[in-house]
Amino acid sequence: MRVTHWVNAFAIVCMIMSGWMIYDASPLFGFRFPAWATLGGWLAGAVAWHLAFMWLLVGNGLVYVIYGLLTRHFRRSLLPLWPREILRDAGDAARFRLEHRVGEYNAVQRLAYVGVLTLGVLATASGLAIWKPVQLQALTALFGGYEFARRVHFAVMAGIVGFILLHLTLVLLVPRTLPGMITGRARLPAAPPEGPR
Amino acid sequence: MKRGPAIRLDEHRPALRRLDRRMMLKHSLSVGALTMLTGCNLQDGDAVDRVLWAMSRWNDRVQAWLFDPNRLAPTYPASAITEPFPFNAFYPVDDAPDIDGDDYALEVSGRVADKQSWTLAKLRALPQEQQITRLICIEGWSAIGQWSGVPLRLFLERIGADLRSRYVGFKCADRYYGSIDMATALHPQTILALDYGNAPLPPKYGYPMRLRAPTKLGFKGPKHIVAMFVTNDYPGGYWDDQGYNGFSGS
Repeated sequence: MRVTHWVNAFAIVCMIMSGWMIYDASPLFGFRFPAWATLGGWLAGAVAWHLAFMWLLVGNGLVYVIYGLLTRHFRRSLLPLWPREILRDAGDAARFRLEHRVGEYNAVQRLAYVGVLTLGVLATASGLAIWKPVQLQALTALFGGYEFARRVHFAVMAGIVGFILLHLTLVLLVPRTLPGMITGRARLPAAPPEGPR
Repeated sequence: MKRGPAIRLDEHRPALRRLDRRMMLKHSLSVGALTMLTGCNLQDGDAVDRVLWAMSRWNDRVQAWLFDPNRLAPTYPASAITEPFPFNAFYPVDDAPDIDGDDYALEVSGRVADKQSWTLAKLRALPQEQQITRLICIEGWSAIGQWSGVPLRLFLERIGADLRSRYVGFKCADRYYGSIDMATALHPQTILALDYGNAPLPPKYGYPMRLRAPTKLGFKGPKHIVAMFVTNDYPGGYWDDQGYNGFSGS
């Protein structure tokens, strides 16, 4: 699980940065991403990065989803998703009163994680729709045609970037979650001293 | 000397596994950091570039496998045509070559039975196909246009090309060159376009003849074609050789 998180973190950053360079070749909106935030050096490099790392992103994503379904990680950790709980936890979080329970997600977290997983699926599907608008034309049509699918792909990227910013902000606010995400051993507040084995 | 309790592997397996995972993570992170540092752009020939080129060749194979020779690109009504249709080349529009149609003759070579060249009049005497399709540029933009000309399959059959060959290559009057795989060359919508709209191609769109393949990205359709050849050796292309994916199918 943790390995897939870090592989995903690396792959998604590569995808976003190379995607920004591809965007800059023909901007949809009235701005460009600065060159220092992009990957690939020029359009051909960026496309090569994007179409190479899509395999890592999707392969890793499949491993994560299959593992999550088999071990019931999704059902255990990401569900249920009730509006009332979400509102309650969001209210608590806004007042900095939300308790951080190790190994358990609060309702707002569950919403965010389910949301970003949905965005991941949409990013993949809309990406396929603009990569293969002839061979996968039914999918492209589902996204409203090539030009609309491009905008969907952009909007989904923006959503994922929003999630990453929120996610990093929260890690900065609760830094003790980070070591556990790397080593797998959660640091419990006021944990009892470890006895001899 | 008294021997301590035997060390049992089973008891330590979880710890070893944790260590193993941690090492793996560390390695993957350092590889990640390395790739982030180098300015990889497919031009330096460093290790990352080699990986990117290898992945691009892999993507060629995946796309060739995905390519359905009978699946047609969507077509559009005349009202959907993009006005004005964008000009795009590696030079400004004023530098588009000026070609005299009366002197023009398409050279044909390679794995073909009949190597005589083709004047515009002879090309126009062949059956023509018209299409209104979307051209998608690797830069991301797209535009709908109307082209007509000789189906490439028909032309290849007419010149007795070996249709089991792997590639069809093109040389152009503007120093551009390119190639497509045989499966795409035989696709019913792949044409040697002579007209844009209802008139001969203007210089900016590739007078006197361009390749139009709506199952490919725009750069795979060379303009101002002066020579064509059939081959088994990958001919590459102006952009392909600089790193654009060679298959670049839609």
